[in-house]
Amino acid sequence: MNYTFDFAPVFAAWPSLVDGVVGTLKMSSLSMIFGLSLGIVFMMMRMSKQRALKAIAVSYIEMIRNTPILVQVFFVFFGMPAIGIRLSGEQAAILAMTLNCAAYAAEIVRGGVQSIRPGQIEAGRALGMHTVDIYRFIVFRPAIRAVYPALCSQFILMMLNSSLMSSVSAEELTYFAQTLDAQTFRSFEIYLTLGVIYLALSQFLSIALGMIGRVYFSYPAK
Amino acid sequence: MNGTSISEKAISMSGVNKWYGHLQVLKGINLEVGRGEHIVLCGPSGSGKSTLIRCINHLEEIQQGSIAVNGTTLSQKGSNADHIRRDVGMVFQQFNLFPHLTVLQNCMLAQRRVRKTSVAEAKDKAMRHLERVHIAEQAQKYPAQLSGGQQQRVAIARALCMDPQIMLFDEPTSALDPEMVKEVLDTMISLADDGITMICVTHEMGFARAVAHRVIFMDRGEIIESAKPDVFFSNPSHERTKTFLSQILNH
Ligand SMILES: Nc1ncnc2c1ncn2[C@@H]1O[C@H](COP(=O)(O)OP(=O)(O)OP(=O)(O)O)[C@@H](O)[C@H]1O
Ligand SMILES: [Mg+2]
Repeated sequence: MNYTFDFAPVFAAWPSLVDGVVGTLKMSSLSMIFGLSLGIVFMMMRMSKQRALKAIAVSYIEMIRNTPILVQVFFVFFGMPAIGIRLSGEQAAILAMTLNCAAYAAEIVRGGVQSIRPGQIEAGRALGMHTVDIYRFIVFRPAIRAVYPALCSQFILMMLNSSLMSSVSAEELTYFAQTLDAQTFRSFEIYLTLGVIYLALSQFLSIALGMIGRVYFSYPAK
Repeated sequence: MNGTSISEKAISMSGVNKWYGHLQVLKGINLEVGRGEHIVLCGPSGSGKSTLIRCINHLEEIQQGSIAVNGTTLSQKGSNADHIRRDVGMVFQQFNLFPHLTVLQNCMLAQRRVRKTSVAEAKDKAMRHLERVHIAEQAQKYPAQLSGGQQQRVAIARALCMDPQIMLFDEPTSALDPEMVKEVLDTMISLADDGITMICVTHEMGFARAVAHRVIFMDRGEIIESAKPDVFFSNPSHERTKTFLSQILNH
């Protein structure tokens, strides 16, 4: 082995690594927010009594959960221009991750909603509240709270999976690392550093989500 | 004034039949409840007491018969259920307070969402009713931080915040430790003294004696007997009522 390690070119490129971190966090957090919202819509369709709505939701969830995310983003980025929808790499990445996240979030949140005792919903109905209000003000927080750890793992997994979005030239961390690799050929140093950055990001995300959880989803429980 | 007009009745149920699948749980229920009347409903487990009162605010659908509340007939599919629920408050055995909201927020939520009351007014009314059930000092606590008896009193205050004319109670004290039963019953007695219409499913016979105008005994989906408390307890006319009374009074 006569390879001499040299991290200097990697560290010299720190501005583009910072851009990458920003890109990764931006795409991931937007996809989380959109994905959770869309997931709740699919969850409600999935639990609805109307057969057609339920069938659409079930098919969607199964389709997403049983195909690779890379195929999904390729479909969005390379496939959709055929029907006139042309997106930038970043837009395609956010759309694909949102669609992907929605399917998983729908199933996770459904578990949370099912954990709510029927008496809670009955109390809301007895007070004259409408179904939408009952879900929004009575069911939502305890339901999310019940599945919050699972939801957070899913979000972190999605942040890590966002590295696949480099393959449609979405300007996130892995994309910048690949560019740097092509310029400097310092693959060992670059991907080792990249791994460390992802590790730090998932720790950071985990702490941030934990704090959000403590603010919005914690209350004394028996 | 026409004293016998149907609209004089707070609740009127006629020919109500209800099934769960093949199991008939309400059989030809006819029941008229006058304004301000207090009814205690008792009977063995599974006799249909909960089902009966849950039909009144349409938490359950009925298959036959009709139910009118304050003269408004409940449509079969419950399209006017919300309208009827405005006049009817309900208190559950398991309290069913919202765990993520404080006591005060529990009492404000429906006022805000259903009545569209302003925050200040909703808060004001919530505090008044919390004071009335002697729990105002706990307004900022969460349900899990209260005892069962305190939770049930909050549940009563929460229902009262909607200004109901009728209150339904489904075994409000049977999930409570014995030492907390009295505080809840006292609250209910004070409500009764204020002249609200109430139907209460309970086996607390002391309460029945104190406030009930009528005690109704149900068995296997039917109303078997309906009488004033003194008659009901001292001289019931049906064998099944006697058996039931001997069972609950002996333990
Ligand atoms: N959701 C349901 N599905 C099927 N059967 C039910 C349902 N709810 C109640 N039942 C049945 O209906 C009958 C009446 O039940 P209900 O709860 O009204 O009785 P209850 O008099 O309130 O009894 P308890 O004193 O135990 O509360 C029982 O046989 C019960 O098993
Ligand atoms: Mg019952």
